[in-house]
Amino acid sequence: MRILLRARESRWLAPAAVLIAVAITLLITAGPIRLAGANPVAAYERYLVTPLSTLNGVTEVLLASTPLIFTGLAVAIAFRVGYYNIGAEGQFLAGAIAATVPGLYLPDLPAALALPLALGAGFIGGAVWAFLPAWLKRHAKIDEVVTTLLLNPVALLLVQGLLNGPWRNSASGFPDSDTYGPGYTLPPVTDGSRVHWGLIIALILVAGTWIVMSFTPLGLRLRAAGQAPAAAQFSGIPVARLQWRCALISGGIAGMGGASQVLGVQHQLTAGISNGYGYTGIVVATLGALTAGGVLLVALLLGTIAVGAQNASISLQLPTQMGAIVSSTLLLAVVSLMALRRYRVVFGRRRPSGGPSLDETVATASEPDAAAKVGVR
Amino acid sequence: MDFPLFAVLAAMFTIATPLVWAALGAVINERAGILNLGIEGTMYAGAFCGFFAAATSGSVWFGLAAAVIAGALAGALMGLLTVTLGVNQHVAGIGTTLLLVAACNFANRLLFSSGSQTITAKFDRLFAGGGMLSQYPLTYVAFLLLAPALWWVLRSSGFGLRLRAVGENPEAADAAGIPVARTRYAALIIGGAMMAIGGSFLTLSLLGTFTIDIVSGRGWICIALVIFARWKVWPAVAGALLFAVTDALQLQLAISPLFSGVPNELLIAFPYLVVIAALAIWGRGIRYPGAYLKPYRRA
Repeated sequence: MRILLRARESRWLAPAAVLIAVAITLLITAGPIRLAGANPVAAYERYLVTPLSTLNGVTEVLLASTPLIFTGLAVAIAFRVGYYNIGAEGQFLAGAIAATVPGLYLPDLPAALALPLALGAGFIGGAVWAFLPAWLKRHAKIDEVVTTLLLNPVALLLVQGLLNGPWRNSASGFPDSDTYGPGYTLPPVTDGSRVHWGLIIALILVAGTWIVMSFTPLGLRLRAAGQAPAAAQFSGIPVARLQWRCALISGGIAGMGGASQVLGVQHQLTAGISNGYGYTGIVVATLGALTAGGVLLVALLLGTIAVGAQNASISLQLPTQMGAIVSSTLLLAVVSLMALRRYRVVFGRRRPSGGPSLDETVATASEPDAAAKVGVR
Repeated sequence: MDFPLFAVLAAMFTIATPLVWAALGAVINERAGILNLGIEGTMYAGAFCGFFAAATSGSVWFGLAAAVIAGALAGALMGLLTVTLGVNQHVAGIGTTLLLVAACNFANRLLFSSGSQTITAKFDRLFAGGGMLSQYPLTYVAFLLLAPALWWVLRSSGFGLRLRAVGENPEAADAAGIPVARTRYAALIIGGAMMAIGGSFLTLSLLGTFTIDIVSGRGWICIALVIFARWKVWPAVAGALLFAVTDALQLQLAISPLFSGVPNELLIAFPYLVVIAALAIWGRGIRYPGAYLKPYRRA
């Protein structure tokens, strides 16, 4: 049995791989759903169909997707230039903290000033939290994966410390901050719904990222820096500087997500504000193929599953963790099949003579010109 | 203030034990060229499966065996993803961690939905009342057996040489007849089992019960320790002790009246900041294993 590189990737292969991955995910997760005493088909219906079948459900999905669009976009922008920012969780929390500062200390500002101030503070808070790892990466070549990761628990401890100390609720004494001034509320998109303007901001960021990545010279340089850093460096693209800037922008967007969450949903800082959105952002970015449109679609899909998991825990007594199992299994299945689609498995022995046929040269992942060697058409 | 030096040192060895097991497992993985970010999830699975098996069978040894099996399976899953399929190692590892943590929490909810978890039989400290020497069996094994043995294996044994060869230069190793994929699978399975033993230490030795978020970032600490240690055994042990001593100090300071004004959270965050500072000071210009993060396919 040998694994061969495909000489040419057919167009239908990527969508087919995703569909097969979805099928595999459904098959694998049916086991635990059965163990929990629920009917898998009914569970999948709760996860994927029920949330989208009512208007109320759709708004809940949009609400649940909003923070995931922010964190997914943040991770995608960084990954795209080859900067592995695993710290969106901490940056999200730092943004929520930063947005809380004006919310508590300048409570009387009118909304026209308060919201830009708080959102800007959120961006800066996230960027500040991303600063140290990016600086260490640029000036001391220290792996950003480790440093961004280690700052996540520190951010959570900072939130807890503030809520147990100076920001403890003055009325109830619980470890939640006081409610912000009235100007610090992102208004609902439509009257009476819980979907707030954070969604619109997220969509604007998605559109902006798409335009920059697809249609500008900067986007071309960014993609080159991520895909082939050595070649990009050689052709005069300042890879380290681009990574540095994208790292800070990535942190800033994640931080703005945290600000949007406190301003749009909670109107106060709580310790459970993030709910793992930063880590789920890695799933969103990866499944979305690090593209803006992909991030939007996957964030909506995972938002649907999250709302569905809540429904299923009520109606089917299925623990909500099943939603996380479904989404992480989906992640692993998709990346596996996407990796597999570049190769094909051939059984039997290598042809004894005549050399390799046109598309049967054995694959090498480390050799970028393997496809060229076999004469890609 | 009467500084309780021996209490801090005793606590240091206890706190360092899960870190040593897991960090040395990560050393094995990374020397073979695989960055395993599944470590946090693998430790979590070890803690949960160890607890579950011990609670149902009544034997801590069954618990330990279950943790080893769970860790080996987690390592094999990482092998399937990164060695066979060549998936990006960051994504494969994060995905594995998310999956294992969610699966354990799900199983925990199903099996112990009543909420109150039974306290299992647990490993006892040897030499009870012996001060610093009074430690859990796995602590002695980690420092006196595991670390020297792994140091020797990596330096001098045939397996260690093959492991380093596939991590440094898989093309050359392959040409020399070393089975690259099989060696990497072996590294991931052995390393995974060690990480899970580290996780099971929390439930089977330290606490005797399982709580949500019991690993609480120790896996990520180990990833940092391994880089800090430049993939060497003894520096990894030293790094674990450094982290542990700051943690033990933090526990002491938290109860000391001198530091009553300092928020507890700041003290808990202190070890994380120490690891980052240590990386910033000693981590510059380090040379990664040659095949780090690169999947290998025979040319």
